[in-house]
Amino acid sequence: MNSVHDLGGTDGFGPVVTEADEPVFHARWEGRTYAMVAAAVGARVANVHEFRHAIERMAPVHYLESSYYEHWLTALATLLVEKGLVARAELEREAPGFSLARPVHPRAQPPSASSGAAARFAPGDRVVVRCDHPPGHTRCPRYVRGRPGRVVRLGDRCALPDAAAHGGKARQFTYIVRFEGRDLWGGAAEPDTAVYVDLSEGYLEAP
Amino acid sequence: MSEHDDDGHHHPQPPSPIELRARALEDILKGKGLVSEEFIDSVVGAYENDIGPMNGARVVARAWVDPAYRARLLADATAAIAELGLGGPEGEHLVAVENTPTVHNVVVCTLCSCYPWPVLGLPPNWYKSAPYRSRIVREPRTVLREMGLELAESVEVRVWDSSAETRYMVLPERPAGTEALDEAELAKLVTRDAMIGTARP
Repeated sequence: MNSVHDLGGTDGFGPVVTEADEPVFHARWEGRTYAMVAAAVGARVANVHEFRHAIERMAPVHYLESSYYEHWLTALATLLVEKGLVARAELEREAPGFSLARPVHPRAQPPSASSGAAARFAPGDRVVVRCDHPPGHTRCPRYVRGRPGRVVRLGDRCALPDAAAHGGKARQFTYIVRFEGRDLWGGAAEPDTAVYVDLSEGYLEAP
Repeated sequence: MSEHDDDGHHHPQPPSPIELRARALEDILKGKGLVSEEFIDSVVGAYENDIGPMNGARVVARAWVDPAYRARLLADATAAIAELGLGGPEGEHLVAVENTPTVHNVVVCTLCSCYPWPVLGLPPNWYKSAPYRSRIVREPRTVLREMGLELAESVEVRVWDSSAETRYMVLPERPAGTEALDEAELAKLVTRDAMIGTARP
């Protein structure tokens, strides 16, 4: 889905604000939320792809205004309700005020195509990223869609996030693809810059 | 932070709404047997004490003093960090990218917060923030300059967006004038930001 989480190339956010001697967790509940999500994923309440997609399904303004671990807490509560482990009424009684993520898009379907035994592309191959806009989960950032690049490294054959987030089992090779700055940003690109993105086989086609 | 903290007495603040929701969710999960106090303590303790940039610093220092280890790290970083007893979640597909006099590498996750936990721990807030994620792929030289890292025009900048299973760590250049330092002393020079690529050691 084309949600606000897909931030690459977006303007207007201002300078990067760093913090000296930053603690690992800024509040006790943050560390405990991290651990709860680890436990829930470990217990197979949901997989990491479903978890990421639950964050992406947060209302855009809520996503941008809330802290990182509020994203985690929201996604966890959303998945517990959607998986039937907690009734919405029980959650509201015990933990009032949750603004849960929005439902999965009704047309979100897991792609079924797995990679063959052999990888389709090899290092050095020119590729173009397909211009797809799936309504469900994807790990193909918008800023590379339709753009030409070159494969620099073959990765492992992994669960396809677009499938795994929606109950699918497809597995595909991943590739590290190099994109020249000017092919992504045109004349606004800074000189001698390149972006490397990990992309699943199904996101790519021959030019 | 409480406004009363500086008077020497502890005045507990009422928990914030998000804290209350986290606590309530925790009770629900505990009630269903999905999480235990021991598990929470062990996970929080691990990331607060044991899993952090000091691990990656050991890897970098070893690569600086041992050319054969450096070669193994660049060929298969997951196997190379396992030699130092490191590994685990978000480190199963680790790639080390090497800075040279002509190439500078920097790591991001534009879609969320992917990060090489076994070597760097959990990411700082700025790494997960909208400004960094939105801008570093489009104007890396400007962002790095703003963060205090000036790069010559002759240096190519490579930005690594961790969108699939691969996680990246930067192998920085060994600073000049460190020939006399041993591996442990070198490790102390290696910062988290140097291994993300937003600073030099």
